Amino acid sequence: MRIGVITFPGSLDDRDAARAVRLAGAEPVALWHADKDLRGVDAVILPGGFSYGDYLRCGAIARFAPVLSELIPAARSGLPVLGICNGFQILCEAHLLPGALTRNAGLRFVTRDLRLRVENAATAWTRAFSGGQEIVVPLKSGEGCYAADPGTLASLEAAGQVVIRYAGANPNGSAGDVAGVCNAAGNVVGLMPHPEHAVDPLTGPSADGLGFFTSVFAGV
Amino acid sequence: MTADTVRPQPYAELGLTAAEYEKIVATLGRRPTDAELALYSVMWSEHCSYKSSKVHLRELAPAEPASAALLAGIGHNAGVVDIGQGYAVTFKIESHNHPSYVEPHQGAATGVGGIVRDILAMGARPVAVMDALRFGPAAAPDTGRVLPGVVSGISAYGNCLGLPNIGGELDFDACYAGNPLVNALCVGVMRHGDLQVAAAHGPGNQVILFGSTTGPDGVGGASVLASAAFGGSAAAGSGAAGEGAKRPSVQVGDPFMEKLLVECCLELFASGLVVGIQDLGAAGVACATTELAAAGTGGMRVRLDAVPLRDSSLGPPEILMSESQERMMAVVEPAKVARFLQVCAKWDVRAAVIGEVTGTGRLVMTWHGEVVVDIPPGSAADGPVYHRPLARPAAQDALVASAASGLPRPADGAALRADLLALIGSPGLADKSWVTDQYDRYVRGDTVLAMPEDGGLVRVDEVTGLGIALATDGNGRYCRLDPYLGTQLVLSEAYRNVAATGARPLAVTNCLNFGSPEDPAVMWQFAEAVRGLADGCAALGVPVTGGNVSFYNQTGTVAVHPTPVIGVLGVHNDVRLRVSIGFDAPGAELVLLGRTGAEFGGSAWAHVVHGHLGGRPPAPDLAAEQQLAGLLAMAAGAGLLAAAHDLSDGGLAVALAESCLRGGTGCRVRLPGDPFTALFSESAARAVVAVRPGATADFAALREACGVPGQTIGLAGGEALVVEDCFAIPLDELAAVHTAVLPALFG
Repeated sequence: MRIGVITFPGSLDDRDAARAVRLAGAEPVALWHADKDLRGVDAVILPGGFSYGDYLRCGAIARFAPVLSELIPAARSGLPVLGICNGFQILCEAHLLPGALTRNAGLRFVTRDLRLRVENAATAWTRAFSGGQEIVVPLKSGEGCYAADPGTLASLEAAGQVVIRYAGANPNGSAGDVAGVCNAAGNVVGLMPHPEHAVDPLTGPSADGLGFFTSVFAGV
Repeated sequence: MTADTVRPQPYAELGLTAAEYEKIVATLGRRPTDAELALYSVMWSEHCSYKSSKVHLRELAPAEPASAALLAGIGHNAGVVDIGQGYAVTFKIESHNHPSYVEPHQGAATGVGGIVRDILAMGARPVAVMDALRFGPAAAPDTGRVLPGVVSGISAYGNCLGLPNIGGELDFDACYAGNPLVNALCVGVMRHGDLQVAAAHGPGNQVILFGSTTGPDGVGGASVLASAAFGGSAAAGSGAAGEGAKRPSVQVGDPFMEKLLVECCLELFASGLVVGIQDLGAAGVACATTELAAAGTGGMRVRLDAVPLRDSSLGPPEILMSESQERMMAVVEPAKVARFLQVCAKWDVRAAVIGEVTGTGRLVMTWHGEVVVDIPPGSAADGPVYHRPLARPAAQDALVASAASGLPRPADGAALRADLLALIGSPGLADKSWVTDQYDRYVRGDTVLAMPEDGGLVRVDEVTGLGIALATDGNGRYCRLDPYLGTQLVLSEAYRNVAATGARPLAVTNCLNFGSPEDPAVMWQFAEAVRGLADGCAALGVPVTGGNVSFYNQTGTVAVHPTPVIGVLGVHNDVRLRVSIGFDAPGAELVLLGRTGAEFGGSAWAHVVHGHLGGRPPAPDLAAEQQLAGLLAMAAGAGLLAAAHDLSDGGLAVALAESCLRGGTGCRVRLPGDPFTALFSESAARAVVAVRPGATADFAALREACGVPGQTIGLAGGEALVVEDCFAIPLDELAAVHTAVLPALFG
């Protein structure tokens, strides 16, 4: 099982995502933003960070990176793709996921260990969980407020595409307490919290995040 | 060379004295050109030359205990310490006080950026940052402007750069109104062989400037901003516009470029493409070229017109003085230049060959063919040295005579309870999540402990568990009462904080924040503090590896409290055995370690409850600190401790409250002797530990063997902080008081 981790200029949690893949028992494969090459991986993670500085809208430039021209059709054909934080923002900008991430309601960056509820345990990245399960994973973002028009939100809810929800107080004003969503097929998942920082109680609040990385095994 | 010999030169406006100007003329044997004058003015500023502090800082070097751990010491961009298993660590703390007052967000942001490049220039990968922050009164309107901006600047820059912020300090005092202290620390890790040098060796080697383009940012900043007292109408302005000209001269940071620069440099180092490297900080190109040349073969030829500009109107003086951020200068063998430029291109980092090393002993710079600088580089790099007059202030005796022992004390349990709540509800001791939640502490995935723990702890090796612990401490009140003892207390606290995590303290860095060196009273405080630090480090057996001096933290004639901020680095053999401050093991026996006397001078209790500052600070006991640190490291290594918390501001009372809140578990204690003294005294060399159930006999034996006094005071457990026969405070109430303060002040 080989899982690619894309490094854009300004990616920060690529090293952590690769570690999480390794701890889950898979082989992390480094992918470079400028290469139109997915190196034959079985799944792809877009890690957290500030791609290209995010001086424009978060993810707006990364969406045009050469590697995305390979990734976008592969994701549409069913390749499992996980976007974490900046990766989620990029997937939204690339229209692989619906909605957008905007400035936190409090206008400040928020780092906090949060209780999350797994609403959909049938996606490529959440199969290791059970529906309704609560997990503790850190959030760390300044633009994590999920926004979508009411019609989109309603259809996401109806289709079970809200994958992860904030179980406690909403930390950033996200519509419907949404922390993560998936595409209709369930192979592309984006979430603002950072499961790669919850893979070992020594360095995180829990090891709950490992489930995202082990989930992808079952489907490939 | 310009032949103008008539026009008076604006040396005073550039911050140079008449005597300094004459020295430049004598060194060169002629009038300096405008570019040379600009170069000398920034190099000889207090900020770059340490001209007032140098004679005192020399005391730190001979007092350095011989330490096998020290791979590079004072004088380098940052000191380097051997932590074993082939790893070396470099760390340093630096001030960005004045820019952070003028423009809090960018001032603080570029403070982070600057210290990170210092660490990078040593050859290390930066792995964590910390910030020690001091502001005026928390409720003052100007603090409401400065603090949120400083925190957002640190947050924006550090988070985007991808470095975990693992701790630091936040304190408030009226003396910092108008002169906030913003001190940033960075730590980096490398393999032994990775150490880089900041020297231009080898005639013919090429000099490459890479990173951001050069703009008018901070022109004059180094000499004018850092040297001129705020509010003084006679203060040197930047040339024509005086006070007003200070505002736009703060630098603007680009953390994304810095992230690219970090990755680019590390790849350049790993590929063996660099002979020498220097970061560009204060005094920019002027400083990097003169220091590289002075430390190397001695000569360098630079084409200033080859410097990539973002403002084409800049001339040689501005290019030399510019403090544009995110720039580095490398010395590269001619055969490796092409590969060097390829690596830069991979990371989208702009690079330009601007000169070469020569054997002439002269630093020669040209501007479109015309020679505009021709100097011996050592004359600029070394700078003047002043023996400033110093005098113990006349008011010091009255201050010491106003002892805290005369203050009215809480009469009963209810009053003790009220005083404890007042302390943990005071801005300086309140929960700091409002600040630390804005920092990413998780990135890189190696953070084992971070705020509000006693020290930050970062894993270095995932296999062996080797790690490093860091703490910064300062206490302006203690140092105001006695700068010599106060500095030793601050050093002791940082040393103890590192030990409380289970680490072995190894080395010291310092950021010395003081008022004007032209005031003999301030100079006396400075000399006493440095002497205290030198003696303290010698006694503790930890070398000073480097540091930074910030003078002119002063408005009019009123200086800040003398505020040396001391950072201590420790090594942790196995971070899996780290110890938290949190009580989370019900039934764990609580042991108070050390001796408690009635010591309230400069205490948090006197400050918060009575607004009093006077008397003598607690007596440092460096031998006891060593014994305590030895015990804590051994007990942690043997897995005997469920928690450990050092006792400092607010004494045992505040330590117990913090440990209960951190671990979500209460405690029940019975205090020996006078409960007020037991709760609020700030005697040094003390800690409270929670011993793992079943380990009490082993711990007692180890404690005896280490010669550390101790007494069992109670047990962890329950949902309240209970002091028998005095008071009980439910954790909910404690938490409500502790956490409400900063959000109420800052939104």
